[in-house]
Amino acid sequence: MMEHVPLDFPFIAAALLMGVSLYIIIFKKNLIKLIMGIAMLAAGVNLFLVALGYRAGGGAPIYTGVPKETMVMPVPQALTLTSIVINVAVLALMLTMVIRIYRHTGSLDSEKSRKLKG
Amino acid sequence: MLTKIVRTVSNGFIPIIVIFGLYIIAHGHLTPGGGFQGGAVVVSGVVMLLVAFNSQELKKSLRERILSIMESSGALIFIGLAFAGIGTVFFYNLLVGSSIFGGIPPTGPNIGDIWTGGVIPLMNFAVGLKVIAGLTAVVLAIALFSGGEEVEE
Amino acid sequence: MDSLIYHSPALIVALPLVVAFAILLISRAGYRVRNIFSLVIFGLIAFLVAVLAVDVHSVGIRVYTFGATAAELALPGGYMVPVRIMFEVDGMSIFMGIIITTVTLAALIYSLHFLKGQTGQARFYSLMMLLYAGMMGLAFTGDMFNLFVFLEIASIAGAGLAAYRTNMADALEGGFKYIVVSAVSALLVLFAIGILYSQYNVLSIAALANYMQYTTLDMIALGLLGGAFVMKLAGVPLHMWAPDTYTVAPAGTTPMILAASYTSMYALYRITFTIYGAHIDSTAIGWIVIVVGVLSMFIGVMMAVHQTDIKRMMAYHAISQGGYMLLGVGVGLAVLANPVALASYGRDAINGGVFHIINHVFYKALLFMTAEAIFFRIGTRDTNKMGGLARNMKWTAVFYIIGALAISGIPPFNGFASKLLIYETVLKFNPVLAVIAMFVSLVTLASFVKVFYSAFTGPEMPAYREVREVPKSMIIGMAILAACVIFFGIFPGLIVDNLVAPATEALINQTPYINAVMGAVP
Repeated sequence: MMEHVPLDFPFIAAALLMGVSLYIIIFKKNLIKLIMGIAMLAAGVNLFLVALGYRAGGGAPIYTGVPKETMVMPVPQALTLTSIVINVAVLALMLTMVIRIYRHTGSLDSEKSRKLKG
Repeated sequence: MLTKIVRTVSNGFIPIIVIFGLYIIAHGHLTPGGGFQGGAVVVSGVVMLLVAFNSQELKKSLRERILSIMESSGALIFIGLAFAGIGTVFFYNLLVGSSIFGGIPPTGPNIGDIWTGGVIPLMNFAVGLKVIAGLTAVVLAIALFSGGEEVEE
Repeated sequence: MDSLIYHSPALIVALPLVVAFAILLISRAGYRVRNIFSLVIFGLIAFLVAVLAVDVHSVGIRVYTFGATAAELALPGGYMVPVRIMFEVDGMSIFMGIIITTVTLAALIYSLHFLKGQTGQARFYSLMMLLYAGMMGLAFTGDMFNLFVFLEIASIAGAGLAAYRTNMADALEGGFKYIVVSAVSALLVLFAIGILYSQYNVLSIAALANYMQYTTLDMIALGLLGGAFVMKLAGVPLHMWAPDTYTVAPAGTTPMILAASYTSMYALYRITFTIYGAHIDSTAIGWIVIVVGVLSMFIGVMMAVHQTDIKRMMAYHAISQGGYMLLGVGVGLAVLANPVALASYGRDAINGGVFHIINHVFYKALLFMTAEAIFFRIGTRDTNKMGGLARNMKWTAVFYIIGALAISGIPPFNGFASKLLIYETVLKFNPVLAVIAMFVSLVTLASFVKVFYSAFTGPEMPAYREVREVPKSMIIGMAILAACVIFFGIFPGLIVDNLVAPATEALINQTPYINAVMGAVP
């Protein structure tokens, strides 16, 4: 059944995710929406990396009790894993900063929290 | 704090979750998994406890000092294992062929012997320790913070 | 000694990580132990960097492969492409390494006394060492994915340091802007790495340079990488985060975040010159770099003139001086394909641009440290509120004068040497650009003189009568940088021949870089 789905689907989905998230990052003013936009951009890039490694008809690239002959590429999976770990740290840092900014200024609007002008 | 049923069930579940997480950490060199993935599973168990009990209750058992020491020692064990191979090159896998974790697996599909991999399973444990301590501290700090108090030093 | 040189690329990045994690354990023994521990180990790291610099300039490129049976064995028997993680140190990498190490040494000594009374001091030193390890890894790396990892390490540590003073709201905003811009740019870099990997199946920079054919997807990857790194180095039009972040970083960490921006500039040059150097249409790409540079110079200095906050003004000047570096290297890039022009003024243009990096980091770090010293004593950064400080803070005033004269390009300080190189070569390329550069330099001098009048001279204000000079550790930190500024100004030829020329040679000619990893390709 999987052979009838065109192989470009993951790339289109990744491009859609990245496009929508860039729109959110540039144009939305709420700080929490900005963080959600960055999380979506990370999801899009990770999906793109994992979809790069797929080889048609391949199975998981492990040797322990694996039945299939051809395997997908394991290197993009390692890159994706490192990227997920780094994005966890970045998102935790951003969330902490937003909580403290909310404590100080009482609003989540990025226009109102601009204390420095010029 | 949620009802007594939820609290009792979470208390019963947490050993299962921790053992599952440790299983994923320990078999990282054979099946998908490893340090970060197993650590994240254990921390999801901690989050379950955080939801069932209050964050104030959890702060009494998970003291910040212990978490900080666990985190630093996990990182130092990792770098120490990397330095152990400095006789040849940094990060050299010097335990291959020796008695601890030193088996050499056959090429191709096999059953998977856990006593292989050299330095890698030990590094998995160090990374798992660090991830558990670090993510627990982050989750606890954010939960306490939203409740209105600070975590000092 | 030989084995120290042999392992030094790995030790230079691994020892700061050990310090960063061990300091959290050691600081429970008291702050004196922590200070001595970090200074001793950092002295050892600085010694290793100096030894490695001498070795790279005398012997050649040094390759360090992690986990192999011998460090230079990038291609073990039977392999066609390098598969392990490696560090490759050539002239340009060690040039950035020297800059980063000197600035961190000055910042470490400067911060020893600055943090009295703050909480979380152990974490401050830990973050500083993490930022140093991230920057050195970015300078030494030999493959693309490590570039991404170390870029993120440096960004996270830098954002944590910028938002360190959490009791002030503008510090949090500066740190937040830095981490948002860094996260977006790093994700774009990862996307471009994915595109390059899908084409060539290798991640190592030397192997990519060897196999590069300039297809459309590679052009897209170059555009993404260029855009992401211009975002990180605060080039106009993506510079909006820089004034906020440079203003609020405490103690000596503003120079370190500044050095992180210029290490991203190094990464941009590494990708453009080494991976794509033999294949791109260098005139077009060179002109794009020149346009970004001229915009940065002009807009940076125009926004700086009417600032009242002293550190914010210096941050805008940092953007403007970054434009000088891009202008110099852009002119060299534009004539890269033309051997006559390259020999006559192209190489000197790149020399000027690269020399300006080290000069700018030193005098800008000195200026930022004097501004933080003023803030340490009187608690405000607003120039309208300052006055007559030169009577009480003599050393700070002297260091400010040295920094202000250096940034305006007055002999005999080091700004003059690199700016003269840039003016001469850009004049031969296109006279209009040279005129703009000289105009920007004049406006820079004017704005610094204005701040000197309002802050240091003038009648003494009654509120500041008891202000004393800053503590000795801060003076020593500033003095290290001032000595470098004066030394580089008096002997520029020495520095250009020994430090800058190997870096330029490494950029222009990418064949030794490829051969060090892939073996001599016929």
